[in-house]
Amino acid sequence: MTITEAKAARISDGKAAERRLGWYLCSPAAIFMLLVAGYPIVYSVILSFKRYDLRFPDQQGWVGFSNYATVLTNSFWWDTFGVTMLITVVSVAVELVLGMGLAVIMYRTLVAKGLLRTTVLIPYGIVTVVAAYAWFYAWTPGTGWLANLLPAGSAPLTQHWPAIGIIILAEIWKTTPFMGLLLLAGLATIPEELYRAASMDGAGRWQRFVKITLPLMKPAISVALLFRMLDAFRIYDNIYVLTKGAVGTSSVSILTYKNLVRGLNLGIGSTMSVLIFLTVAIIAFIFVRVLRTGAPGEGGRR
Amino acid sequence: MIGKKIGWSAVDLVVIAFALIPVAWLLSLSLKDPTTVAQGGFLPKKWTFDNYSAVFTKGNFLQPLINSIGIALLATLIAIVLGTFAAYAIARLEFPGRNLMLGAALLVAMFPQVSLVTPLFNIERSTGLFNTWPGLILPYVTFALPLTIYTMSTFFREIPWELEKAAKMDGASSFQAFRKVIVPLATPGVVTAAVLAFIQSWNDFLFSISLTSTDRARTAPAAIAFFTGASQFDEPAGSIAAAAVIVTIPIVIFVLIFQRRIVSGLTAGAVKG
Repeated sequence: MTITEAKAARISDGKAAERRLGWYLCSPAAIFMLLVAGYPIVYSVILSFKRYDLRFPDQQGWVGFSNYATVLTNSFWWDTFGVTMLITVVSVAVELVLGMGLAVIMYRTLVAKGLLRTTVLIPYGIVTVVAAYAWFYAWTPGTGWLANLLPAGSAPLTQHWPAIGIIILAEIWKTTPFMGLLLLAGLATIPEELYRAASMDGAGRWQRFVKITLPLMKPAISVALLFRMLDAFRIYDNIYVLTKGAVGTSSVSILTYKNLVRGLNLGIGSTMSVLIFLTVAIIAFIFVRVLRTGAPGEGGRR
Repeated sequence: MIGKKIGWSAVDLVVIAFALIPVAWLLSLSLKDPTTVAQGGFLPKKWTFDNYSAVFTKGNFLQPLINSIGIALLATLIAIVLGTFAAYAIARLEFPGRNLMLGAALLVAMFPQVSLVTPLFNIERSTGLFNTWPGLILPYVTFALPLTIYTMSTFFREIPWELEKAAKMDGASSFQAFRKVIVPLATPGVVTAAVLAFIQSWNDFLFSISLTSTDRARTAPAAIAFFTGASQFDEPAGSIAAAAVIVTIPIVIFVLIFQRRIVSGLTAGAVKG
């Protein structure tokens, strides 16, 4: 064996050891996620093809796609789906605008920068259920300071559109700081010289924002949008506290939960779980595609 | 310059008011005398701490609070230990499956929790985990793992690992080099991940109301939702507000102590994509 061969053998030994160590170190976390997330989702796919009703334990059997047919032809499911989508799209769109404003304020303010960043973490960190109760009592007629600003006799949480508006408001309050912080990180990566050069060329404030800030922040904006879209689609806590899903404000998560605890029909519940999972996967897939084509150097328009 | 500062102060005030008014309202509601709750108004007309004592005496809030603290701490601890191993491997080692691991973590992070509720409910009922601490710790760890892996691997990548070698050359033993050089450098990342993981577990509501049935394992947010007045006609608003304020205290403490860490942790994964 020549010296170089021995060296090569040692290096590949080292490489193999490194690989093994990598696997050993990752395996506990991987096994955990497989057991608690991977296995249940497979189990839920299986249940979705079965009749599985805890009230009729002796009548279990394969039913093919009949659970899917039941859910997908149910107008209640589609109403719920539509409401969830509406809440997701409206709240994330408003959060993006407000979050952008918040990011610029946190980045540029000349006073109390630290205080500002600390304060906005309160809505981010507060327990969603707790925040939801603050809004619930604020909008309850008699008790609430916000409800008392409305004309007498109005109970916004018992009417469809006002209730949806309040749910969206609660979402926006809770998660705008998160959006703002993600965008702030993107903002901080833009070199200051660009702005100086642009203003020397006579670009106004708005022009600088549209021509420099927005294009350079595209990656940060996309990531923030994707995270929030997927998160908003799972909305549960706010609706549970504010309306319990009454007056047509159920989200898909609320519907699945109700089906589980009230109906104990695990076949139908699993079918809904699978459909929600697929929707989330589709949203993520579309986003990744748009992200890719939006990356610099590919299909650049300018 | 002074004009600019006044302008910014005004803008800052609007933001701070936006962030704090709902919290202030909750605090005020919790201090209202039960007879004045229905009168509305932002500030209490009659102050009292009765709601806070009622939460513990009549509301049995102590057990859910203990459950919340214990379950969130244990879940954070497990997620940090497992997450540190994985994050170290991802940040420092070359091995096939590295990207698969990151992809799997991302997939779990984006997972709709409700999709797990129905199957977990059935699995935990048949394995005896239903309505126990481990029954909640398991899903909490699972959803905290992606967070800890991403946050810590971003931090670990920034550590100048050559320092370890340099310390050994200077005569330090392997353990000394690890304890005196690597541990202090890695601690900020671990602390950040722990704070974020704790906040996330503390925040959970869906798993807690789905996978528990009594105060044996039910956490504080779920217990609050089950609060009722002493009688059917009693307004639980005061007790709910008091319990809600209690649950918020740890979050406020964390935010005050770890402000910088939380901000850097939240944005760690986002900038690099």
